[in-house]
Amino acid sequence: MLQTTPLNQAHRDMNAKMVDFGGWDMPLHYGSQLEEHHKVRQDAGMFDVSHMLPVDIKGDNTRTFLRQLLANNVDKLKTPGKALYTCMLKQDGGIIDDLIVYFLSESWFRIVVNAGTAEKDVAWILKQRDTLAPDLEITPRRDLAMIAVQGPNARAKVWQVIPDSQAATENLKLFQSTVLNQYFIARTGYTGEDGFEIILPADDATTFWNALSAAGVAPAGLGARDTLRLEAGMNLYGQDMDESTSPLESGLAWTVDLKSERDFIGKQALLDSPATNQLAGLVLLDRGVLRGHQTVVAQHDGTEYQGEITSGGFSPTINQSIALARITSQLSIGDEVNVLVRDKKLRAKVVKYPFVRNGKVLV
Amino acid sequence: MSVPTDLKYTNSHEWVKTESDGTVTIGVTHHAQELLGDMVFVELPQVGRELKQKEECAVAESVKAAADVYAPISGEVTAINSDLESEPEKINQDAYGSWLFKLNPSNTTELDGLLDAAGYQSLLENEAH
Repeated sequence: MLQTTPLNQAHRDMNAKMVDFGGWDMPLHYGSQLEEHHKVRQDAGMFDVSHMLPVDIKGDNTRTFLRQLLANNVDKLKTPGKALYTCMLKQDGGIIDDLIVYFLSESWFRIVVNAGTAEKDVAWILKQRDTLAPDLEITPRRDLAMIAVQGPNARAKVWQVIPDSQAATENLKLFQSTVLNQYFIARTGYTGEDGFEIILPADDATTFWNALSAAGVAPAGLGARDTLRLEAGMNLYGQDMDESTSPLESGLAWTVDLKSERDFIGKQALLDSPATNQLAGLVLLDRGVLRGHQTVVAQHDGTEYQGEITSGGFSPTINQSIALARITSQLSIGDEVNVLVRDKKLRAKVVKYPFVRNGKVLV
Repeated sequence: MSVPTDLKYTNSHEWVKTESDGTVTIGVTHHAQELLGDMVFVELPQVGRELKQKEECAVAESVKAAADVYAPISGEVTAINSDLESEPEKINQDAYGSWLFKLNPSNTTELDGLLDAAGYQSLLENEAH
């Protein structure tokens, strides 16, 4: 039996093509994935991300607990509402999940974790809580829905729909959030465009969704979400990284704080095993489409290295295939590699990513 | 969308049209493009290539996945629709109007083994259940 979000019927009413996404019945697209992609890059689109799980962590020692639990440093969160992207690691440095942590007050932080990992994440957090901070209250919030409104016009559309929201949110910077009545509004996203991620009571989700639609926000499915995030150079858990990979080999060194005195779960393992691979951006030079798990072959100083594409696809904005690939750290921006696609060796170039940000092609 | 009655079909969702000069024209069905979603890349066989029935001979890739196209019957490739290389979305817009390649059949009795419109329709109904 598939799990459903509070918006399941709303998707069906909009003729969504529904798919089983890790046990969740979710919209893949509402007709054309490409049109939804362009709509987000050029105007505004909305995604049901209610399969993701907000978890509230409450109690006096919440910050101390999160300093140990998370690889990024929650001490960077100084003003209430501020958000931080981070990995949660095992002792051996493998990634349990990537998540966003919001600082609401010294006794209330909220994290939002991936759908496919939610159960294991909560189990892990409870286990760490029991040893490190038994007084903390950990509450998974399946009573909430989450809608991402993304695109250059996304914020203005939200302001039309939620009364008084413009005054409350127009001064929010990226990675800041605020609470307005029943809405938790954060200026975050997974598309490389401006916009909000809005958490609200499940019972209000359909009304809000339909009001956004009436304001001209296009529904967008998981298909467009994947091509948008790939263009934005954002990792997908389970594809670009998992429990067997370190953040240092997943393009996420910038999220790991190894400099401060602070100890955290997985820190020692990261210090003990410097990265030999990197997550590199690839742009295909030949015709074709790069896909996950294709083999990448690279030459460097007379040695042949093999790597693997972790996420690949056709970039609708660039009109060419792009990919993220785990390959030797020896390679540099501008190097050419071969990708084995069926019976052919296609040429691709190593590029700095993100590939696209705020509607502009960067490669 | 109804299945055109003047074409023949395969289990792997190719359509086949017999032309008056005896050659056959081949494409992928409306159902196939619907399953795949927005098409972004098409790789076609070389003109002159000899194909065996059921041989992989072309690739249709959508935003979602790559799908092999199989030769419905044996024969030599006489023409390819290279417009699709720059405009693969034409397959989404009109699957039965967007042919991939033409064959000169080497064994016309193979045509008799293909599905007719009713047979393909019932295949689709079975797949839906």
